[in-house]
Amino acid sequence: MSAYRPDGLDDVFTGTLTEDQPSPAPAQLPSIGFTGWLRWAWRQLTSMRVALLLLMLLAVAAVPGTVWPQRVQSPEKVAAYLVDHPTLGPWLERLGFFGVYSSIWFSAIYLLLFVSLVGCILPRTAVHLRGVRGRPPRTPRRFGRFPAQGQGTADDEPRVVVERAVTVLRRGSRWLPFWPTYRVDTRDEGGGTWSVSAERGYLRETGNLLFHLALVGLLVSVATGQLLHYRGQAIVVQGRGFANAQVDYDTFEQGTAFRPSSLVPFTLRLDDFEAAFDPDTLQSRDFTAHVTLTEPGSDPEPRTIKVNHPLDAGGAKVYLQGNGYAPDLTVRDKAGEVAYAGPVPFLPQDEVYTSRGVVKVPDVSGDQPQVGIIGYLLPTAQEVGDGLWRSVNPQPDDPLLVLSVWSGNLGLDTGVPQNVYQLDESRLTQSVDADDKPVTLYVRPGETVQLPDDLGSLTFEGLPRYVALDLRHDPALPFVLVFALTAFAGLAASLFAPRRRLWLRAAPGVDGPTVVTAAGLARGDDVGLQPELDRVLRATLGTTTADDIPDRTPATPPAATSDSTPDSTRESTP
Amino acid sequence: MNTGDLSTLLVWGAMTALTIALVAYAVDLAAIAERAQRRVPAKASAGAGGGTTTAVATPPGGTSAVGDGRSLRAEGIARTTTYVGIVLLLGAVVTRGLAAGRWPTANMYEFTVVGVLVATTVLAIVQRRRVIAFVGVLVLGIAVLALALGLLVFFVQADAVQPALQSYWLVLHVGVAITATGVFTVAFAASVLQVLQDVREVGPRPADEAARRTDGLRRWVTGPRFGWLQQVPSARELEAQAFRLNAIGFVLWTFTLIGGAIWAEHAWGRYWGWDPKEVGTFVAWVVYAAYLHARTTRGWSGRKAAYFVFVGYAVVLANFSVVNLFVTGKHSYSGL
Repeated sequence: MSAYRPDGLDDVFTGTLTEDQPSPAPAQLPSIGFTGWLRWAWRQLTSMRVALLLLMLLAVAAVPGTVWPQRVQSPEKVAAYLVDHPTLGPWLERLGFFGVYSSIWFSAIYLLLFVSLVGCILPRTAVHLRGVRGRPPRTPRRFGRFPAQGQGTADDEPRVVVERAVTVLRRGSRWLPFWPTYRVDTRDEGGGTWSVSAERGYLRETGNLLFHLALVGLLVSVATGQLLHYRGQAIVVQGRGFANAQVDYDTFEQGTAFRPSSLVPFTLRLDDFEAAFDPDTLQSRDFTAHVTLTEPGSDPEPRTIKVNHPLDAGGAKVYLQGNGYAPDLTVRDKAGEVAYAGPVPFLPQDEVYTSRGVVKVPDVSGDQPQVGIIGYLLPTAQEVGDGLWRSVNPQPDDPLLVLSVWSGNLGLDTGVPQNVYQLDESRLTQSVDADDKPVTLYVRPGETVQLPDDLGSLTFEGLPRYVALDLRHDPALPFVLVFALTAFAGLAASLFAPRRRLWLRAAPGVDGPTVVTAAGLARGDDVGLQPELDRVLRATLGTTTADDIPDRTPATPPAATSDSTPDSTRESTP
Repeated sequence: MNTGDLSTLLVWGAMTALTIALVAYAVDLAAIAERAQRRVPAKASAGAGGGTTTAVATPPGGTSAVGDGRSLRAEGIARTTTYVGIVLLLGAVVTRGLAAGRWPTANMYEFTVVGVLVATTVLAIVQRRRVIAFVGVLVLGIAVLALALGLLVFFVQADAVQPALQSYWLVLHVGVAITATGVFTVAFAASVLQVLQDVREVGPRPADEAARRTDGLRRWVTGPRFGWLQQVPSARELEAQAFRLNAIGFVLWTFTLIGGAIWAEHAWGRYWGWDPKEVGTFVAWVVYAAYLHARTTRGWSGRKAAYFVFVGYAVVLANFSVVNLFVTGKHSYSGL
């Protein structure tokens, strides 16, 4: 079975050049019954043609994910698309176009590809391991058909010539002098004729197999990571803390095999947040969050989190994903009771941090109406027209809150989850002035304004910043990295390590010197093959006969030898 | 004039030099074509009668064959002005980096300039022993077009970058991606030439169904208009050349993918998220992987495998232009 190769693989090393028997007969007819049919299907699946087809299918199937919005990345865009395309949308939904990379058809393609890969690589690995342990293939009878050839004469006995060739071939390369370049085998062919067969570049096939096996490892580690990971987002306001427990996250997502009880209960406190912006373009230049980390059983430690520099805490990584302002507000109802107090995170809408937020005040005393406030924060406010303000700088140089007030029922008791950044206005009425125009309130830090319609008052206590943190734990990460790097190394070896076979035969001359003939074969186009054969022949025969070798070289140079360009093959030491 | 303006000026200078080189290569190509056209009639009739191959093997050794019509003067000008262009581009990249105070691969303009620098350098290396005018015309045509687009459309002032880009991966990930793109460009030119040469070498065939469909192309390529192909190495040599370059490009592209995943893990908290740019890079990687498989599949090697290179290079270009300009994603750093 050493002739195993996937159906359709065009490979000189297993082709008819080196084998005297014809290649195996085409696949048996599928009339043998179920087993035969299975065998036929398996042979098809592991064939090169099907692998090629699956690769192209994979490339095509990955494209729709950039054409249509994906639910995992932007669910709001998917919702908008479904509203805009009432006919096409539901069909795309059914066919999985809004979740391409977890759809049945995409998974089917890559799983089939990996089955094909395993079915192809495992037998090849077995063949390769046998080949590494075995002897180099015996010298073919005729050299006429090989891409590299050479000949010469020597005064020594054939056996002596062959032994000298073995020494030359066993010599290591310049970089690894003690590592033999070739594996060599000599044979007595009878009648005084001796031959050497040598093979190098097992690294090429090793790299190829390693690359493919590492891809399997990569897929398995990614899948394992999916099962065991967790990921959550939390907003932490300056001066406040966060505890690593599921209730403290704003959103939390976990793999099916993850146990929430295994969360390491560390705490994190945001002490300060620094933001730097370019004075002219106002583009962000630096964000630094200064935090105090308290891991269980150890003292609090000051740490920093920056973009590109996540913090390691309790087996998870903490990423700085966003930041903004959380105006500290106190709302008192008509009776003067505090109905709401605390910082409210506002979402930045543009690069000058014009931020939008919503204050919901359900806990009013008595039977007063509930209050909802929609606010815009302008970190550095500038009046650009009558009652028209805008922010001119992301830094809080002259903050201004612009508020509109609603009252009625916030709808929090309906049981339907609400977005904290949106106000459900269906059962609310907006406060208007005498001219029936919406009331707009302007508040600066430290100021208190009376809410319209006798709803109470609001105090702007201060303007702390907040950070949006992303916490992620994936125990498979090191494996993913190791397999990716292994695949890379294997790929480089499989493309750049030359795989060559050289043969040399020394036969006694009729009544003269020993006649030496040589041939070489390489996998793929190899511009270094003929020079290497010439070098080996020269070194074996001694320099005197070397000069006339090129003239005697048969005029069949199918491989590019004369117009060599910077190629990747590495020559071994002459 | 500050350093940033000097850099822009150097890019204009480089574009001028490369345009001259492009014209010189075109003149060389025209001279070869004209010479070949004059010789063709006799051979064309022989080809039609016997159905034999019309390709003439170029003498090995890389020495200029007397009488193949090459203009040594044009080739000399092309080579020298390419070198001048490379030096000017190198100066432009260095001054751009100094002006911005960082590694200059942060937006589309810088990507274009560095990419052209890599492509022209690879071209200069490939052409150093044996000039193939067609490869020069194709690569320099793409290079000049890219520089013009860069200066007129993609240009942004040299400036510092946002926090997400402040990482040494900007050098590794983006730098390697640009280098891969440059290498793929020259490989693509070699593959185009390989297909043309292959069509020409195969010559007129008995008309079967498949042949009739491509008969127009075949007649066109085997006709006198493409006589200059005689100066070009054989399809087999070109295939080997294209493969070597594509293999280097593919390994670099693989590094781009892995390095990008490591950086994404640091900056965005996930190593892979099917961001449009990631999808584009992945698709290009899969197509070039398919190319490497096709080369070793019986019935798919040669011309058919080269078609994969065309698709792969188209994906690489689309991944740079379309994804940057028309698709929103986490890689929206074009600065436009």
